[in-house]
Formats: sequence, C-alpha cells, structure tokens
Amino acid sequence: MSRLAKVFEQLAERGAKALVPYIVAGDPAPQHSVSLMHALVDSGADIIELGVPFSDPMAEGPTIQLAHERALEHHVSLSQVLDMVAAFRQTNADTPVVLMGYTNPVEHMGYSQFAERAKQAGVDGLLTVDMPPEEAGETSQLLRDAGMDNIFLLAPTSSDQRVAKVAALASGYLYCVSLKGVTGAGHLDIDSVREQMQLIRQHSDLPVTVGFGIKDGESASAIAPLCEGVVVGSALVDRLAKWDNAADTDKQIAEAVSLIADIRKAIDAVADV
Amino acid sequence: MSKQQEHVDFSQFPNAEGHFGPYGGRFVSETLIFALDELAENYQRLSQDPEFRAEFDRDLAYYVGRPSPLYHAERWSREVGGAQIYLKREDLNHTGAHKVNNTIGQALLAKYMGKKRVIAETGAGQHGVASATVAARLGMECQVFMGEEDIRRQALNVYRMKLLGAEVISVKSGSRTLKDAMNEAMRDWVTNVDDTFYIIGTAAGPHPYPMLVRDFQSVIGREAREQHLEQTGKLPDALVACVGGGSNAIGLFHPFLDDKTVAMYGVEAGGHGVATGEHAAPLSDGTPGVLHGNRTYLMQDEAGQIIHTHSVSAGLDYPGVGPEHSWLKDIGRVNYVAINDDEALDAFRKLTLVEGIMPALESSHAIAYAEKLAATMRPDQSIVVNLSGRGDKDIHTVAGIDGIGID
Repeated sequence: MSRLAKVFEQLAERGAKALVPYIVAGDPAPQHSVSLMHALVDSGADIIELGVPFSDPMAEGPTIQLAHERALEHHVSLSQVLDMVAAFRQTNADTPVVLMGYTNPVEHMGYSQFAERAKQAGVDGLLTVDMPPEEAGETSQLLRDAGMDNIFLLAPTSSDQRVAKVAALASGYLYCVSLKGVTGAGHLDIDSVREQMQLIRQHSDLPVTVGFGIKDGESASAIAPLCEGVVVGSALVDRLAKWDNAADTDKQIAEAVSLIADIRKAIDAVADV
Repeated sequence: MSKQQEHVDFSQFPNAEGHFGPYGGRFVSETLIFALDELAENYQRLSQDPEFRAEFDRDLAYYVGRPSPLYHAERWSREVGGAQIYLKREDLNHTGAHKVNNTIGQALLAKYMGKKRVIAETGAGQHGVASATVAARLGMECQVFMGEEDIRRQALNVYRMKLLGAEVISVKSGSRTLKDAMNEAMRDWVTNVDDTFYIIGTAAGPHPYPMLVRDFQSVIGREAREQHLEQTGKLPDALVACVGGGSNAIGLFHPFLDDKTVAMYGVEAGGHGVATGEHAAPLSDGTPGVLHGNRTYLMQDEAGQIIHTHSVSAGLDYPGVGPEHSWLKDIGRVNYVAINDDEALDAFRKLTLVEGIMPALESSHAIAYAEKLAATMRPDQSIVVNLSGRGDKDIHTVAGIDGIGID
C-alpha cells in the first residue's frame, strides 16, 4: 500500500481529517526546507505538499508568487527539490510528500527521468497545476509504473463530465479547488464547496482534499467535515515571508508552523477525535 | 527545406485537442478548462455563422479600413538591387497595426457570447490599444495588463489606452514585461471567468487561441496573395514577417502554406546577437517546453525556468512563440532567422528615408531581413514583407538611442 493510501486509511479509522500544509521548496532559503518539513510533521501535518519553484507560477496569488521568487533567488531547481525530499526521508519514512508545481521544470528534466529520480528520493505524488488529464497521459503512466500517484485538480467550474474524466485518471487523492481564483484568494464559499463535493462523490471513491482560501482554524474546521483533508498554503507561506536571516532559525520555524498546530487542533475538534 | 514532408494537409491543424504535432495543447489549470471549452464551442459555431462572418467582414472593411494595400517599394527595391519588395501595409489599419484584425474578431466573439468585460495583456501596447479600441466601440469594460518595464517604454500607448476608457494595470512581478502581463491576465481570468473574455493578443496560449487568432489574422495572407497575383500575375517567391508570439507572421503565411514555391521567413528578435544569449529568439536558440498554456519553443535555462529576454522592440520581447510556428519550424516549411537590435534600427531609418514609411521596431526586423534576402535574389523575383505596424509609438525609443529627449 502506498504511503498516501495508508495515511488516508489510518485517518479514516480514527475519524480524523488530513492536514496538508504547502510550502515552496527553498523558501525562505534552501537550507531551511528539510527542517521546516520535519517541523510541519511535528505540528500535526499528515501530508506535505512541496512546491517546486517556477519562474511563471500562473495559478498563484501574490503570496505564493513571492515565495517562488524567493526560492529562485537561490536558484532552487527541481533536481535540488528531489534532494530535499531524499534528505527528509532519511529520518521520516511515513509522511507522504507530494510535489506541486508547473509542467515545464518536469518536462525539461524529462518525464521518465523525473519518475525514476522522484521514486528514489521518496516522492509519493505529483500535482502539476497546468497539466490537465488531456495532456497527462504519458506522465500519469510513468508515475504509475514507478508506484507514484498523479494528483489532479477539480474546480468549481468542472462539469459532471469533467469530474468523471479527471477521476478516471487520478490516484492518491483528488484536490478540490474551493473557488474561482488564485491561491490565497479570500472568498471561500462553504456552500459551493459542499455542492462540488457532492458532484465529486458521484464519480470517485478517492479521498478529496480541499484547498485555496483556507487560512486558519476557523476556515479549516468549516471545510474539514466535507472532505478528507484540508490544504493550507498561502497563510503558512505568508509567515515565511517575514523571515529574518539575522533572527533565530528554530524560533522562526516554530512560529511559522504554530499555524499548523492551531489548525490541527481546530479540525480535530470538529472531527471529534 | 529538406526536412519538409511531402503531403501535409495544413487545414487539418490543429487537431481537436489543439495540437500542431507535439506543440500547442491546453496546459492550464482545471478552472479554465470550461472557459476554453465554451470558447472553442462558440468559435466553432460562430465561425460558420453567416451573420457573424458578415459582421466581421464589415468591421474589417469599414472600421479597420481593409483591404490594406500591397505596396511595391520600388525605390528601396532598386537600391537593394535584387528582388522586388512589396510591403503589406498593416501599418495603415485603424490603430496602426495588424493587432486590430484579431481584437475585432475576439471582441465580436465576446459580444455574441454575452461577455461584458474584456481583459488583455500587452507588450508594446499595440494589442492593448487595439483591445481598448474595440471595447470602447462595443461599450465593454476593459482592463489591460502591462509590465511595469513596458509601461515605461511605451508611455504613448499607455495614455492612448486610458483615453479609450481602459484601465491599464501595471504588472510588477517577474521580469515586468509581456510574459508577466500574460501571467497576470490569466490570474484575472481564472478569478472572473464567468463574465470575462480574455482577448489574447498573439497566436499563442491554450487551444483554441492559437487557431482562432491565426484565423482572424489570415485575412492578411489572403489579401496579399490576391493582390500580388493581381499586380504581378504570379505568386511571390518569398514572404517575410517578424515573429514575437507570431500572429502577424502566421496571418501572412497561413494562406500560402500549400503554395510550395513560396519560401517563408519568420524573423525573430536577435537582441544583442543570438550568440550573446541576450535576445528573444526561441526558435533560433531555444528548446521546447510548456508556458502560458501551450507547448512550444521557449527561452529557458538548464532547470526549465523561463529566462529574461531582450529586444529593443517591446512587442517581440517574449520568451515563447505561437505553437504553429514551432511545428512549421520542425517540419521545415518556414525558415526562422534572427535580426539584431542594431540591424532593426538601421532598417527603421532606411525605410523611413527611402520610402517615407516609418515601420514599427517589430516590423523593422522583417524589413532588415528582407533587405538581406532581396540582395540574394533576382530582379524578376519578389518578396512580400509584412509591415505589421507603424513606428510612431517607437519614436521615443529611437530618439532616446540617438540621445535626444522628446517631451
């Protein structure tokens, strides 16, 4: 059983929901990324979505755009991101790591080389924001062959037919985008997410995580009962934006991940675990 | 031309998924798929609809001023001493460039689809002006995304857009040029996808944009073909057009693709020289990748990050190119070459002095290459150059290079 499947199974047994923080690899600086990942797990993260820096992050709002720019100031490449995952795996064998990013860096490395190296590094899945199922045939197959999952997005604009199509190709979990907009947008609508979830459930038994617009315990606990997991990106990344190289590293990491601990408490409270 | 395949049916491209061979496609986030489907379906229907087609043709005739003349540049041709050079005068269109052919078409689509708001990205500002113009005429709200760096370079067009009632939004992310403006327009579109029509300015982006922009711009090549036949009794021997995203080039080339005797040259921005790496010539010195919704040749580094481009002309300063050009390069139907900043500036001055026609700096790249090419040809041969826009907007830039301040 894959690490992702195992995590969702264990959570379901306890009646708990997955907490999925997103950070950009190499933000605020490459030397902090692995420590940050461990700190996220210690604060209650079940799965880590690790953003692969890209020069043109089209789907991101300003907060995460800036995180990509900070990482690229350090020239963080996909190759280095894989090294970070390998380093994380030396002391964590259980927490799934899903790479989230854009097609071009993966295409440039080559899909089969990526699949091979990602597997070796201990990556569990890949979510390329700008690669819908129509363009993903080859990639999905290579990932599957290497035992990794291809995670796809579903949007408020996805039709019944689209949901069926995406669900047919997806594995691991489905990522439900809660709103029309970019990451970090502020207009989360619970009723619309509820409707989306009803549609998704008709077509898939996969676990569903919901992301975009979840920024604190309150928004997370409103969404969590509807799905299997919540993704927290911009709110966490925003804390890293205030990073000060002159200040104490451990303390700053602790301050950043305290958001994850807060959200953990909030979603566990509504799940009654 | 040795790579060229024998029997390519160019009318079959792109395929239903928007692919030109390995290029094109739809690399966008899921939220936009429905909007692209909606656009593709409406375009499919409306492009066959007599009422829509008649309205488009009427607008091109009476609002844009088409057909644009095909002008035999006799004095320039004599000076070069080679092939006869003909200029397709897209600079005489309303708003001063070929861009308006496409914005008229897309704004009509928006109108028929009931969209109240249009957005556009712009580099040199020509597409922004053309979008603001059609929005003003149709009474639509219009916002134009423009890189901060380009706003500085193209102040005249920025003010022009404002006068036309559009809001110009300064894009401060990334390299602050056309590619970043396109990122920001995509972000706006994904947020306001229900009521907003995104007027993409070049034959790039996710399917169906490369196809529909090409179709709207193909009026250039259809007219040029007819006019050249009428004036000379034969087809031209060569076509030359500048390529940034490549909409004016594909518009000129496409109606000639089946004419095997017609050679085609797409001229990219060589900036400080292709060998220096400081240029905007992905077909000359790039590799295939995925950006802005399509797979195409890109300027990228060894990690697949898009790199900064350089060109004296803001309209060519883009790291990608329309996917059909990538395909036409690979199959050998079109030759892609590069012209440096200095050569383009020389051509700008030359055409102005010899023919009394001031070309846009973008078009000056095509002018410069046409002169080189003509010199290698016989006087009984001919070249059609797409004079895609007029140079008024570039006077500040050229004056600046001459060390003259104009206020």
